[in-house]
Amino acid sequence: MSDHKLFPNTWIDRYSDYLFNYTISRVNDRETAQDLVQETFLAGLRSKDNFKGQASERTWLISILKRKIIDHYRRINSTKGQAEVRVNFSKEDGDEGNWLEQHVADPFDRTAEDTLENTELGLAIHNCIDKLPEKQARIFKMKTLLGYDTEAICNELNITASNLWVIIHRARAALASCLKDSWL
Amino acid sequence: MMKKRKGFMISCEEANINCDKSQYREASFWEKFKLNIHLIYCRACRRYTAGNSRLSKLMQKDDVDCLNEKEKAALKNAFDKELSNNN
Repeated sequence: MSDHKLFPNTWIDRYSDYLFNYTISRVNDRETAQDLVQETFLAGLRSKDNFKGQASERTWLISILKRKIIDHYRRINSTKGQAEVRVNFSKEDGDEGNWLEQHVADPFDRTAEDTLENTELGLAIHNCIDKLPEKQARIFKMKTLLGYDTEAICNELNITASNLWVIIHRARAALASCLKDSWL
Repeated sequence: MMKKRKGFMISCEEANINCDKSQYREASFWEKFKLNIHLIYCRACRRYTAGNSRLSKLMQKDDVDCLNEKEKAALKNAFDKELSNNN
């Protein structure tokens, strides 16, 4: 059995875009999504002792995020004054609404929903981008997803334009072969 | 691989770079011209170009999103604070 470990220092760089994409396709609002992602990271940090190493870091963070998203909808739903549905999520009384990250076990096998997530384009692309070397990934995101000017990127990272195009080329070639089977 | 020649004959590497540039609409007219001449006789680059424009189309769909540098910096800031409190 392979034991996974947590490296909170690398979370932001490695998972924030993936989690953000996951969230934004579910809450449809940039700021809310940002907040939820941030809460997820903080919650993960607080409950990192509960991590048993059975799932990968990202799967574990996603499982926290899912509950954050559900919680978000319960919250906005209750401010609307709509009919309340009471469900007991945990046995102890008194921690209602707080059944979240403390109770998360590692999901250790792939559920149907995980398979479904693979069919989401945004996540599939981030999955592939995450496999690129860090510098390539960063430059590719800046150029393609954020639409920065070539010149701006070159200035910020101190590289020449032809250098940038070579990096972009490698990234695109790698992405094309990564997405080939299911998307291209 | 082709020897570097003057004029409108270019190597596959150069053709691919020109193709990438044109995906971002940053290729000059001359670069696009040279690319198209190259594509006439080079099957490998034709394939690359086709795949590349499909990739661009995918990336333009609006369900692909990511945090910009500023948002990420803010996130990192908040997280680092918590991290140093924790340890």
